[in-house]
Amino acid sequence: MSTEKFQTIESPAVPLPIENVDTDQIIPARFLKATTREGFGENLFRDWRFDKSGKPKEDFVLNNNTYAGTILVAGKNFGSGSSREHAAWAIHDFGFKVVVSSFFADIFKNNALNNGLLPVQVSETFLATLLSEIEKDAGTIIKVDLEKQVIILTASGKSESFHINPYKKECLLNGYDDIDYLLSIREKIAQFEKSRD
Amino acid sequence: MAGKTLFDKIWDAHVVEEIKGGPSVLYIDRHLIHEVTSPQAFAGIESRGISLFRPENTVATPDHNVPTVDQHLPIRDELSVFQVNKLTENCEKHGVTLYGLNHPYHGIVHVIGPELGITQPGLTMVCGDSHTSTHGAFGSVAFGIGTSEVEMVLATQCILQPKPKKMLITVDGELSEGVTAKDVVLYIISKISASGGTGYFIEYAGSAIRNLSMEGRMTICNMSIESGARGGLIAPDETTFHYIKGREFAPSGADFDQAVERWKLLKSDEDATFDKELHIDANHIEPMITYGTNPGMGAKITDRIPAVEEVDPGNRKSYQKSLAYMGFEAGSPIAGRKVDYVFVGSCTNGRIEDLREVAQFVQGKKRAEHVTAWIVPGSKQVEKQAHEEGITEKLEAAGFKLRQPGCSACLAMNDDKVPEGMLAVATSNRNFEGRQGPGSRTMLASPLTAAAAAVTGKITDPRTLL
Ligand code: SF4
Repeated sequence: MSTEKFQTIESPAVPLPIENVDTDQIIPARFLKATTREGFGENLFRDWRFDKSGKPKEDFVLNNNTYAGTILVAGKNFGSGSSREHAAWAIHDFGFKVVVSSFFADIFKNNALNNGLLPVQVSETFLATLLSEIEKDAGTIIKVDLEKQVIILTASGKSESFHINPYKKECLLNGYDDIDYLLSIREKIAQFEKSRD
Repeated sequence: MAGKTLFDKIWDAHVVEEIKGGPSVLYIDRHLIHEVTSPQAFAGIESRGISLFRPENTVATPDHNVPTVDQHLPIRDELSVFQVNKLTENCEKHGVTLYGLNHPYHGIVHVIGPELGITQPGLTMVCGDSHTSTHGAFGSVAFGIGTSEVEMVLATQCILQPKPKKMLITVDGELSEGVTAKDVVLYIISKISASGGTGYFIEYAGSAIRNLSMEGRMTICNMSIESGARGGLIAPDETTFHYIKGREFAPSGADFDQAVERWKLLKSDEDATFDKELHIDANHIEPMITYGTNPGMGAKITDRIPAVEEVDPGNRKSYQKSLAYMGFEAGSPIAGRKVDYVFVGSCTNGRIEDLREVAQFVQGKKRAEHVTAWIVPGSKQVEKQAHEEGITEKLEAAGFKLRQPGCSACLAMNDDKVPEGMLAVATSNRNFEGRQGPGSRTMLASPLTAAAAAVTGKITDPRTLL
């Protein structure tokens, strides 16, 4: 999927201080039956967000009007479990552009990057700082600058730099997509096949 | 120069090119697809107006949301029909081999790959499913991918991947009676945690691993992902070659002998180094079961659930949330809890050996009346063999019924859902909140422990009934 160019994000954040958020929580299996990539945001965190009758659970952060924004700040080991890309689609479809955590599961990280959703891995300490600042002031603005690879709490100026694979960074900044690249080297791939025979 | 690990050897031989500062372009030998994670990939191919690069290297089967009863009848769930039909349509249109419902080769992707001889040593294999790690049991590099990557493989037979780090886990010694491969892997994950393997590819070695059957090895590699590792692999040996010989898509005759000569070279060099190593004494492993909501929360079945003070202070909040979901009290004994459901099946433990073990165990015993038990073969071939070996009858005599193949209650996309609040002992691989149905509670264990729960109606150490 060709993605949009990733711009610097400045936004308040939605806190989800839970560890080991697995992809079954992000989007339960029974909502995986669509054959397009759209519309999964509706069921993002379905069983945490709604009760059995479909009524929003008031204590869940996405139902709390205090919090809004395009940045999700979550606990350690985010996105573990199933390889379903629907998890990344759901988060993106809901309107998030960035997920911040101190640790991401590998497949989730790849899936996010392939869909223009930026996983920002920060230290445990910085994650704790982020969460406590958001708790103090729900309007806390966080800036994520991909070009400079830095995440900043704009009010206090506290910041931390983050790592991203240089190739993936280029792709996100320019809206390139892996498949376009692979298609451009199909000839080379065919030669590779021959060389192995 | 230091030697190479088995993983390095296979990976390096499949790198088409390295992107500067970026991932490798990795060539994929075999690609498996199913109905849930492939439709968007085919749609992508079509919107680009391109054709599949090597359609003959992809094999498809619908497994995730198919019913496990009355498979000869049309599927009732509308959305499931839609996805299964979509898969059929996509395969026909793009020239991909499909083993659909009722085909003698139908089954869970990770069960049919090995049993058809599609899975072979030294290959790279992917599937839009995290338990693709199963195939590593044959000494292949196999791992799960997302749908965008499925599209890449369809389009070019390659994906872009950063190379993971390597971990070696050796299990030496002998497993005692009643202790199975499932217990070994639950033990490993309880030691390294549900994220301890993230960033790594694991090689399993040691005498206890060597002594396992292929089925046991698959169970272990299957659950590598539950430690966060992308995959796990085991160097092929005589057990591997013997398993592959004569299977539908395996090389035959002189080709097979030649292949074996090549496969014998597939092992880590003596002086190869790993980024991390872990040694386990098989004698310390006992029947294991999980008590929480991730596969790392496991303990000996004879143990207690850890007290809150025993848990790392940073993890206590999550720990308490997890126990609250399960309705368990910290510090209480694990065994003796009343069980409502038992599920034997999935790509972790839905193979013939698992069914054999369960059938043998329940002989002369009866299912506890209040327990609903779902015993689901991993494939049509497993089902057939179970009938031929008299496993089905043995199960029936003890009050159990064999269902038809599919993923079933492993992820509860079909009708096999554990109702809210009910407690299930499952031989599958995930105990996440709601994994087996909204509000369901899952304890993961071996087929033997599941069978023990089914006949006693409570969490029971299977060794007391052997
Ligand atoms: S059995 Fe479960 S884990 Fe295995 S492929 Fe099916 S859903 Fe996934």
